[in-house]
Amino acid sequence: MDIAFLLELSANGILIGLMYALIALGIVLIFKSSGIANLAQGAMAMVGAYVAWALLVLAGMPLWLAIPLSLAIMFFFGTGIERVALRPMVGQPVIMVVMLTLGLEILLRGLAPAIFGTAIKRLDLGIPQAPIIVGPVLINTAYLVSGAVALGLVLLSIMFFGTRLGTVLRAVSDDQMASWSVGIFVERAIGLSWGLAGVAAAFGGILWGSVQGVDWTLSLLLIKALAIAILGGLDSIPGVLIAGVIIGVLESVVPAFLDPHVGGGTRDVVASLVILLTVILRPHGLFGREDIERV
Amino acid sequence: MFYRLSGIKPVSYAADAQLWPVPFDRSLVAVIIVLAVAAPYVLPSLYLGSYLLPWIIWATAALSLNLLMGWAGQIHLGFAAVMAIGAYGAIHLVRAGLPFELALLGAGLLSALIGLVFGAAALRVKGLYLAVSTLAMQYMIDWVISHVPAISGGSQATLQTPTIRLLGLPVVSEAGYYWTALAICILVTAFMLNVERTSFGRALVAVREKDFAAAIIGVNAFYYKLAAFWVSSFLGGVSGAILAFCYYRAVTPEQFHLDVSIQAVAMVIVGGMGSVLGSFLGAGLVLLAPIVLNNLVVLAVRWLDLSLPSEIVALIPLILYGGLIVGFLLLEPLGLAKVYDNVRKYFLAWPFRNVQR
Repeated sequence: MDIAFLLELSANGILIGLMYALIALGIVLIFKSSGIANLAQGAMAMVGAYVAWALLVLAGMPLWLAIPLSLAIMFFFGTGIERVALRPMVGQPVIMVVMLTLGLEILLRGLAPAIFGTAIKRLDLGIPQAPIIVGPVLINTAYLVSGAVALGLVLLSIMFFGTRLGTVLRAVSDDQMASWSVGIFVERAIGLSWGLAGVAAAFGGILWGSVQGVDWTLSLLLIKALAIAILGGLDSIPGVLIAGVIIGVLESVVPAFLDPHVGGGTRDVVASLVILLTVILRPHGLFGREDIERV
Repeated sequence: MFYRLSGIKPVSYAADAQLWPVPFDRSLVAVIIVLAVAAPYVLPSLYLGSYLLPWIIWATAALSLNLLMGWAGQIHLGFAAVMAIGAYGAIHLVRAGLPFELALLGAGLLSALIGLVFGAAALRVKGLYLAVSTLAMQYMIDWVISHVPAISGGSQATLQTPTIRLLGLPVVSEAGYYWTALAICILVTAFMLNVERTSFGRALVAVREKDFAAAIIGVNAFYYKLAAFWVSSFLGGVSGAILAFCYYRAVTPEQFHLDVSIQAVAMVIVGGMGSVLGSFLGAGLVLLAPIVLNNLVVLAVRWLDLSLPSEIVALIPLILYGGLIVGFLLLEPLGLAKVYDNVRKYFLAWPFRNVQR
């Protein structure tokens, strides 16, 4: 294994990890505001990619119109899910809410291909195919652009939590009852976080869709996003960034070492392994807050 | 009319502790058992082999999962992996020359052992974290099974199940497989019916409601969570083995993928968490609804002369599981069992003569 190859794997891994982090960002946004883990995040990314494809190809819109429009649609899609499905579940046990989001994931995973057709769709964002060469390292241009967008978005959401609205969301996440009593519209704040999660998912879905094509397999990003969210700590946005980079690098470097020995496919289990180790060694993740329960 | 119980209350502990205090329920259960045993003589082979048999096996599996999800309140998204371990374990044990009865036990023990690993995560975390880590374990066991040739014979391989011998008699006919599955199903059902009447079941319920509160009143949450995983995985392994031997008769890794776990979860939720009857109803609905809907879609396509691609027809079960899970959680979180219970309660008081106006 020579150093240049390792560098190349790591560099592309970092960029891929940043793209995964976009989808994890949605999970963290929702968890931060409402304490609900959204297992439908992968399916939301898939829906976002399908919507962008429909606007670009079916409706024939130009790129500058189709992307913002699909982001807007996904914002309302997110708030809509919160309104229709999650709000009636307030006060139900966690197991019910987790199962509900899982049901949504399955439903969307079946519904979107049934509506738009199951064949893989090409989503062309006009990113050049030629790789960028830095010294001995080849970097995929699509990964570079996507990684940059992802990094920008994650930084933006870190800044967002410093604004007034972000403070409101943090207050809601801290104590819904208390925020209610000081005049914060808790439902509206949670709806907003679902909308933002929808936007993050749409970004992730569109970027991934442009790399690997749009079909139902986009919803499999859920497991990577979950690994990132859990490793980073479910309520920490900087954690998403760092865990994303870690998972991305592990995912590209580990198969290079292990695949020849075990016959391939280690890429898919890296995320699962990270989840397991995190849960067993440090359940609240690298940067998450440890909750103390009282009777 | 049916129940003849309106206004009668149990007056002794013995009457209160009965499994079915209402005489009508008892005769209903007796009739259903007689019908179930006589089914091979009554039903055409198609219905027996492709509807009733999988229903019974899946109800057994749903009951095992329900012990964990409904009674102990732990989320388990990796149940198919547990069933897969049971199925592969039983096949290898039978091939090694063990009689089927012992192989079933061995498969159950093997599943229980691996199930304890899932349980170890449950001791550390709960709720969402548990959901995610069981999901991760499902992926890992999937991967191990399809990448270790000693277990599966390679990722593309199919393992034929050997012919089984029960008490020395070879089981070859459709009816024989059906009765084997039915016997296991009745055993598991009897066990589950009695779980809620024992201290074990009540401790599980206490842990489900609030584990740290249960710990304070002296229920060892650590022990009961682990025990719930142990028992549930044991039964899950046995039902996986039965599924492989009596229904599929050949095992591939694809038969126990994540989708199958989700199917099992859907059965538990649709039927009603923590309900024995619910597991049967849920398994029935989740298994039969895609078939019925498929037929309807095919009919509609023929009627309207549409051309629907076959991939979309293949997506129907997925849409249906998802829709059923979401719909039941939103509209009737206690599932089909609660729907039945409402009807039953209505008839319990039906002539309403004792109501004081």
